[in-house]
Amino acid sequence: MSDVKQPKESLFSKKNMKVLTNPLSENNPITFQVLGICSALAVTVQMRTALVMALAVTSVVSLSNVAISILRKQIPSKIRIIVELAVIATLVILVDQILKAFLFDISKQLSVFVGLIITNCIIMGRAEAFALQNKPWPSFLDGLGNGLGYGWILMVIAMAREILGSGTFLGFQLFPDSFYVAGYENMGLMVLAPGAFILLGLLVWIQRTITKTVHE
Amino acid sequence: MLEHYLSLFVKAVFVENILLAFFLGMCSFLAVSKKVETAVGLGMAVTFVLTITTPTNWLLYNYVLKDGALAWAGLPNTDLSFLNFITFIATIAAMVQLVEMILDKYSPKLYAALGIFLPLIAVNCAILGASLFMVERNYTMGESVVFGFGSGIGWFLAIIAMAAIRQRIRYSNIPSGLKGLGITMLITGLMSMAFMLFSGIQL
Repeated sequence: MSDVKQPKESLFSKKNMKVLTNPLSENNPITFQVLGICSALAVTVQMRTALVMALAVTSVVSLSNVAISILRKQIPSKIRIIVELAVIATLVILVDQILKAFLFDISKQLSVFVGLIITNCIIMGRAEAFALQNKPWPSFLDGLGNGLGYGWILMVIAMAREILGSGTFLGFQLFPDSFYVAGYENMGLMVLAPGAFILLGLLVWIQRTITKTVHE
Repeated sequence: MLEHYLSLFVKAVFVENILLAFFLGMCSFLAVSKKVETAVGLGMAVTFVLTITTPTNWLLYNYVLKDGALAWAGLPNTDLSFLNFITFIATIAAMVQLVEMILDKYSPKLYAALGIFLPLIAVNCAILGASLFMVERNYTMGESVVFGFGSGIGWFLAIIAMAAIRQRIRYSNIPSGLKGLGITMLITGLMSMAFMLFSGIQL
């Protein structure tokens, strides 16, 4: 499969910008491609952890896309999954060590989910679907776009879960104590697993209705 | 002793179900839970892989990777635990390849029905997740076998229940924005709430 000789595309051409912005809404990795659900639900109890996770995944997916795109002509087809896993695992080990060094308490809260970025379907999915057939710069933009698309959904879910479930916003208490005395109670369900599932279902419903995409 | 293992097993299947409580294994769960037969096949494959990889990774962690693990080879001060992720995922990929070869030889029908999802077991978060939990919670060898098997059964239970429900709702009138992922998430939320009822059990 050889690349057709094309005129040099400018770095921020319309086509490249489309690659970056598509995953933010119409081709969103979580709500449309249905990838990366595991971590989206697990780390969104608080906004801080969701933010760190989103940044970690965005860096891994963009860098792995670049690496795999650069290697794309050298990888034999039979072992490509193993090569992809090796690249992704190495990047995740790096991210994990950086987190342990600079953000130790958040890394403890994220526990196994940092390691599980390796199996995050978004990263493998974009490597297979985009990086293997495209040049490094568009692959980087695609990785960045998907990471940001994943990130904003994570932040929305985390915001809802933290505000409704613990009454705080990034750790700062929102409702004055008088509310609690008057009988207001935090919605405990939001902090637990079922709340996450139901929130995601509702968010997907809203997003798909707005962009009016037909699905199965 | 037996009580401890039984209690660990029940915890892994019901109380801390690896899918409904820890959200692991969602991607293949969502993709394969459309028909009960494929769900059964995938569930059995995942349980098998979980039961063999968790103890194998335990051996690798305790005799090669952990801080001081290489004392038997005369290197008591080496800490290779930063290689955890890549070693575990390599073991898992190897085991999945083995399962693929066995299935291809002894049950080609199941092999064809599972299609692309069989190699995708290697990236099923539940399998890597179980190994990482084993490290985090410092299980013994026996505990990791029971935990791996229990997590597999729990995942199996969740995927079969979901497949059966999805086959039924095929003829319901679901709003178009909810079809597919939306309604599945809502149903999973209800299932997860139901499984939370088990959290009072003590053996």
